[in-house]
Amino acid sequence: MGAYILRRLLYAIPILIGVNLLTFALFFVVNTPDDMARLQLGAKHVTPEAIERWKVEHGYDKPLLLNAEAKGSEQFTDTIFFKHSAAMFVFEFGKGDDGRDIGNEIRTRMGPSLAIALPVLVIGLMVNITFALLMVFFRATYLDLWGVVLCVVLMSISGLFYIIAGQYFIAKLWNLLPISGFAGGIDGFRFILLPVLVSVVAGIGSGARWYRTIFLEEIGRDYVRTARAKGLSEVRVLFRHVLKNGMIPILTGVVVVLPLLFMGSLITESFFGIPGLGSYTIDAIQAQDFAVVRAMVFLGSFLYIIGLILTDISYSWVDPRVRLQ
Amino acid sequence: MTRAGTILLLGLSLGLTAGCSDSLNHPYPGSEADANVLYSAFSERPKHLDPARSYSSNEVEFTGQIYEPPLQYHFLKRPYELIPLTAEAVPTPRYLDAAGKPLPDDAPAAAIAESVYDIRIRPGIRYQPHPAFAQDAAGRYRYHALSATDVAGKIRIGDFEHSGTRELVAADYVYQIKRLAHPSLSSPIFGLMSEHIVGLKELGEAMQQVAKAQPDAVLNLDDFPLAGAEVVDRHTYRIRIRGKYPQFIYWLAMPFFAPVPWEAEVFYAQPGMADRNLTLDWQPVGTGPFYMAENDPNRRMVLKKNPHYHGETYPVDGNDEDRAAGLLADAGKPLPLVDAAVYSLEKETIPYWSKFLQGYYDSSGISSDSFDQAVQFTSGGDPQLTDSMRDKDIHLVTAVAASLWYVGFNMLDPVVGGLGEDRQKLRQALSIAFDYDEFISIFLNGRGIPAQGPIPPGLFGYVDGVDGLNPYVYEARDGAIQRRPVEAARKLLAEAGYPNGRNAKTGEPLVLYFDTMASGPDAKSRLDWMKKQLDKLNVQLVVRGTDYNRFQDKIRKGNAQLFEWGWNADYPDPENFLFLLYGLHKKVGTGGENAANYDNPEFNRLFERMKDMDNGPERQQVIDAMLEIVRRDAPWIFAYYPKSFGLRHGWVHNVKPNLMANNTLKYRRIDPALREARREAWNQPVLWPIALLIAALVAVIAPAAIAWRRHERKTA
Repeated sequence: MGAYILRRLLYAIPILIGVNLLTFALFFVVNTPDDMARLQLGAKHVTPEAIERWKVEHGYDKPLLLNAEAKGSEQFTDTIFFKHSAAMFVFEFGKGDDGRDIGNEIRTRMGPSLAIALPVLVIGLMVNITFALLMVFFRATYLDLWGVVLCVVLMSISGLFYIIAGQYFIAKLWNLLPISGFAGGIDGFRFILLPVLVSVVAGIGSGARWYRTIFLEEIGRDYVRTARAKGLSEVRVLFRHVLKNGMIPILTGVVVVLPLLFMGSLITESFFGIPGLGSYTIDAIQAQDFAVVRAMVFLGSFLYIIGLILTDISYSWVDPRVRLQ
Repeated sequence: MTRAGTILLLGLSLGLTAGCSDSLNHPYPGSEADANVLYSAFSERPKHLDPARSYSSNEVEFTGQIYEPPLQYHFLKRPYELIPLTAEAVPTPRYLDAAGKPLPDDAPAAAIAESVYDIRIRPGIRYQPHPAFAQDAAGRYRYHALSATDVAGKIRIGDFEHSGTRELVAADYVYQIKRLAHPSLSSPIFGLMSEHIVGLKELGEAMQQVAKAQPDAVLNLDDFPLAGAEVVDRHTYRIRIRGKYPQFIYWLAMPFFAPVPWEAEVFYAQPGMADRNLTLDWQPVGTGPFYMAENDPNRRMVLKKNPHYHGETYPVDGNDEDRAAGLLADAGKPLPLVDAAVYSLEKETIPYWSKFLQGYYDSSGISSDSFDQAVQFTSGGDPQLTDSMRDKDIHLVTAVAASLWYVGFNMLDPVVGGLGEDRQKLRQALSIAFDYDEFISIFLNGRGIPAQGPIPPGLFGYVDGVDGLNPYVYEARDGAIQRRPVEAARKLLAEAGYPNGRNAKTGEPLVLYFDTMASGPDAKSRLDWMKKQLDKLNVQLVVRGTDYNRFQDKIRKGNAQLFEWGWNADYPDPENFLFLLYGLHKKVGTGGENAANYDNPEFNRLFERMKDMDNGPERQQVIDAMLEIVRRDAPWIFAYYPKSFGLRHGWVHNVKPNLMANNTLKYRRIDPALREARREAWNQPVLWPIALLIAALVAVIAPAAIAWRRHERKTA
């Protein structure tokens, strides 16, 4: 197992370099360092000298990938790509164009992102699995039929609608919760309730339908018939046997996203004023802050790779037939 | 009930009641309910709070309250008037010739080699409390020799146990002027100021050289002399300006020229500080009425009253209108009038608007989505609040911004550019065809005034009414300004060589290209409207949508034909708008602000004369001549002067739009008791939906439970 994990981690290095290179290429195809400088310096009184000074200050005065004027290894190391990318492999993200330390920002913003994403995942899983199992329990009855119809309706509605409707009814019309904002400590509970509620409801349709499909596949298997023949109640059959055997596809979907929970949700954070990493990424893209965009893409890729490794490990944990070599 | 269920319910009830009094949707801690705190929001986090760098309005909103330049704009007087802030008086320049000999005040600009401003600061002004000033009993600075280990665990300024203050001195102002040239600060006005302040350009070059040789070294600004800024005595400093630059006085009212104490720079330059975002760019140190008590630009920023503020009082001189509006009720009272201001990050307009209506924000702008809910127009076209707003005692505050939007013609373009009569007529025809009166009505909800020239209302040089109309686009009918009919545009177009929109020589249709950054569904209707305007003349308009960078690139290289652009005033002087048409500031070739690349020698000559003149009939005459030239040449379609609409609650007082001043927070007064009473009245929780939800759940679950039991029994 240890050797497998180490091998997977080593595979990650070329993947991360490739992702970095791709991000770099995509970013600089549409943005030159001059464009970045102009955006940062504003629209007024920007002189060519000011642009040059900004580029020097932020390390964008060098060639992009290859420094033909340098000698030896400096041809590759004295470039924008190397100067801005090498340190990331030891998680030194440097500073954003606004001068703020990116590592500090990530550490500060992970908490708020997790405060929303973790309860949404856990409560969402519980609600979706329970709802799916109930539909399976009442399969081929009017409850199953209307449950599926409800799921399709819920799936068909835009996520933004849930947010706006949630804010309008719960916070504005009924005055039950703050419409947006965030706070630390116990007071923060009031602020996360609404986004969590909205996100969970928005996810019921697709989640419950997906799990229903999984459970329906399981319910026709021999071991279920055997369990019933042993005289077990339907509840025990569903929650003890079907749920356990349906865990592999569920884990595939859940474990892989676990590390990505840190990255936050783009729209939810923006609408509810949650100072998480999702809104950080959006802001950076809008501000053409390459340092932050690059750091967030790197972090996202790294966490995704970790998620995939965790998924593999969880397979072997849930299904003893799977062995990692 | 299971144990987990009990804990969840307990948590829910705790969470719902924690931190608030009666309103469940209260976004602030209960302890702040009756506090003399002003609540506002910001939609985009500021990038820089260093006074050498901050320029955009969302940055100056904070730095304007913390830093104090020597001058400020009078809060109530119109037209805008500069008054002293930390200075003892508004300085008047002394003029010197090339030999350094004094010249009279009315000396011709060409004879003036230097303008000298002596600025005397009032003694006794003190900085906000800050650890950078903290000293021990022996007079040594406590926090000027910290290691990274000492800084570990400190994430905000308040984490430092000791703080101190000191008196503001003239050297702090000189220090800041030198900072404008600092290579690592990239001050947006360095380029402009280096043309005016003696020696600033050379200072920048010297610093750049040292910074290149020693990239990691912290530059000691005292090692770099600056001829154009020097300390005369403890409370007086001198600025030397090349030639005559009367507009310089306005810059002295901006945070760029506010003082920065050297102690702050030494403090923040220590190891480990920048990694924790403890920098002057994020943790300002000033003498203003407020200091930055909490700086979390991802969530909220809090300004608190500076305990050392120097006792400035509310202005006593206003006009009768101000008195009638209650703007003199606090005359003579010490400023600031609120103890703190809390700015929350609110990126989306819907929650911002909802919180304003709930009373959780004291004031608000009006987004397009909520405009109809807030404002209606009378039969005379005047805006007024809707009944629902008036019922809440909400007040409308309007002002014409010192800004201008225009459609520029690239004067280097072979089709629309040039100063020939045919081209003039072509541009005049297009100016008539673009009906911006209609545009304002459709797309701006009436929030704008059709522009008659480059100078917006409120600035010297602007002439109101029919006397100030653009005769090439408008005409006076029955004492009112009316746009010329489309027939006039068609006639001009024919005279320009395009009868019925076709080239008279080749018969080819006239096709024009409009470059814009606007895109998406919102912009589509506006762009369709633009095409429709030229359809009236049978001229085709091709819209070339592009992103910000490409658009800037096209303008810089002169590759655009028609484009939309705008300008916000830096200061209330016509020079700040007319320089946008000055030939020597052409975008192509010089990288200046003249995006249309307009270059009329007569206009240039008049501009050079006008910029150095004092306001008066003679200057007005020159400006009128310039306006005539520019209206005739029509390098721009003068689109509109935007009008800002804002709302405030009845508990907010002393609100008068001042489009030049950025330090007006100190004048605001609120009535916290009234606010809290209204918040409670407006935010009573409605609980029946919860009961209904529980009933609905029971209605759904009960048959399911019954069916389940039946199923179980059947199985058994």
